[in-house]
Amino acid sequence: MKDLHNCENCPVHHTENLIRLGIAMDRVDYVVALAGNPNTGKSTVFNNLTGLRQHTGNWPGKTVTRAEGGFSYNDKRYKVVDLPGTYSLLSTSTDEEVARDFILFGQPDVTVIVVDATRLERNLNLALQILEITDRAVLCLNLMDEARRHQIEVDSRALSRELGIPVVPAEARQKVGMDKLLATIEEVATGSYVCKPHRVRNRSRSLNHAIEQLSKKLSEQFPGLPNLSWVALRLLEGDQSIIEAVQSGDLGKLGAGLLMAPAQ
Amino acid sequence: MEQLQNKNSENILSLANNLRWGLGVNLHDAVIESIYEDASRIARSTVQLKGEKADYNLERKIDRLVTSRWLGFPIMFLLLALVFWLTVAGANVPSGLLASLLVDTIHPALKSAAAAAGLPWWLSGVLIDGAYLSMAWVISVMLPPMAIFFPLFTLLEDLGYLPRVAFNMDNLYRKAGAHGKQALTMSMGFGCNAAGVIASRVIDSPRERLIAIITNNFSLCNGRWPTQILIATIFIGGAVPAHLAGLVSAGAVVGIAVLGIGFSLAVSWGLSRTVLKGEASAFSLELPPYRPPRIWQTLYTSLIDRTIFVLWRAIVFAIPAGVVIWLVANVEVGGENLAAHFIDWAGPVAILFGLNGVIVLAYIIAIPANEIVIPTVLMLTVITAGLTGVGSGAGVMFELDSVTATENILRAGGWTLLTGINLMLFSLLHNPCSTTIYTIYKETKSVKWTLVSTFLPIVLGLVVCFFVTQLWLLLS
Repeated sequence: MKDLHNCENCPVHHTENLIRLGIAMDRVDYVVALAGNPNTGKSTVFNNLTGLRQHTGNWPGKTVTRAEGGFSYNDKRYKVVDLPGTYSLLSTSTDEEVARDFILFGQPDVTVIVVDATRLERNLNLALQILEITDRAVLCLNLMDEARRHQIEVDSRALSRELGIPVVPAEARQKVGMDKLLATIEEVATGSYVCKPHRVRNRSRSLNHAIEQLSKKLSEQFPGLPNLSWVALRLLEGDQSIIEAVQSGDLGKLGAGLLMAPAQ
Repeated sequence: MEQLQNKNSENILSLANNLRWGLGVNLHDAVIESIYEDASRIARSTVQLKGEKADYNLERKIDRLVTSRWLGFPIMFLLLALVFWLTVAGANVPSGLLASLLVDTIHPALKSAAAAAGLPWWLSGVLIDGAYLSMAWVISVMLPPMAIFFPLFTLLEDLGYLPRVAFNMDNLYRKAGAHGKQALTMSMGFGCNAAGVIASRVIDSPRERLIAIITNNFSLCNGRWPTQILIATIFIGGAVPAHLAGLVSAGAVVGIAVLGIGFSLAVSWGLSRTVLKGEASAFSLELPPYRPPRIWQTLYTSLIDRTIFVLWRAIVFAIPAGVVIWLVANVEVGGENLAAHFIDWAGPVAILFGLNGVIVLAYIIAIPANEIVIPTVLMLTVITAGLTGVGSGAGVMFELDSVTATENILRAGGWTLLTGINLMLFSLLHNPCSTTIYTIYKETKSVKWTLVSTFLPIVLGLVVCFFVTQLWLLLS
């Protein structure tokens, strides 16, 4: 079995699954996903990154399906996918499934989590769930101007320490912080910044034990599967779409794909 | 090998099942709680509040006002009326300027150029009197109101007002057995029904999504706003003293829009009690903070994304329709043109509904795009009423430089206040445009529901016009 991390600079995204998810993958070096709660400015960040003018609006749930765009940065081509805004990844509505499947099976090289600095606690609920299923993320602390207006101060360095991922304060509507965001996306994509994402603790001992047991079984059946403990947790909760992925062997394809050496 | 794999998969699932029993029923809640706990701890250690939350309180006060049980709807209607009034009042002058340029100056120039080039009369008729003039009409009539209406609407959206509308409407939709998010798709429909139909994807339950798609047509779309505004100005505004005309006609347009909302509620209710039975599902709607709108960007995106896009679509549909109009007005069978044949035949039936043959024919020709209903009506009226001295001959779609001129033609064609009211009602309640019908088919993948969405509004429209007409005749 090859060492999965023998190439720090190589893209990690899952090309075959991304194509199956409907993403055109020719001439792309890295894949960036944009996730976050509704109405936090994901589409504005998307437009800033890609130079596209997707209609934005102060209107939760505006991005119904994924929007795609791209940009070049330091001679590398990035594909950006704007995921629908969701409050969680744990229920079964369509937009949540779109977002979750994309991050879980598409394995973007970087997931940019756009959060509303004025509503950090609620936004962190989603951020923590995303960090359960991906290792490579950047937190874009958006709407800093509004936070200032409301006299809210967010310690972005402490936040970065807590979450184990880079945190970039931004005011996307004023295009503030976008250069830093680009540079940070590059650092995470190329592996020069290695994330150590926060994982939810304080679970009961019996739950941890059950997760461990099931993960072991899963890794025997689907060698190379990332996010083992997350998949195990979802199975314990009886998540229908993950159960189906086990039955159909789709989970296996994901693992097998990762075992192959990266294309480049 | 395959079988072995299946067996292993079953093993994993049964292990998961067994373990689940040992974990108790509150597993999902416990998992979520542990996430929330962490989130709350991290937020506490990284977020600091300086001073009082003065702005929040202001926002909350505004929210309590605009979503209040008693004032929510009146404020909504007032805002809408203000937007329409600004649109009506502001669009007149630029419309006139565009018309005098495109129709009074360029059209004769094109005609004489065609004559100089020796084009046969029918070719210059089809191209210049049909295709070019219909395009010119659409531009001069639609561009100014859209250039005012869309930025204003986008400003309201940018400010964060539309989710409050949805919040106000949510309860009503749920009582009607539909999804609360239908309030959002309905608001989108005010721009364009095809967009509203696509937006219905935000609704997860297929039943509720279908209801949202079928009823989206009851949101007046931008193709119908100009018709409503023009007819209201002529017939409703004309029936009251001059100083009240602007207000009353804006009020009438709001009235039609509200009637549309009423119909979307009533039809949703009817559908969810009969063919699409089921309970309304719950959802959470976050009221976003009010954000100062970015004026320039709003102007830019609403001009490029909406105005130009919609205008382009209208032009694309208006050009072939102009050709068709010219043909039905100029191809003669048995000494009369096709249009006259149809109007004579449909007229007696249309009278029952307070409409006339011209309107029926106009709506058939205008299936591709609602925008061209009014020019078609005007042109056909001139032909059948045998008016002379207006426009430039039979079958020419022309622009009239003032509302008064339009009024004179319609009145000469036998139009009354009742015809105007019925046209406004029928414009609200008739089949969706061809783009929307196609979009409905693409979204539902069902011929049956596409047909229902197409014919249900027509039937409703005819019923409503019939009763309004008969009541009117009884009372007057």
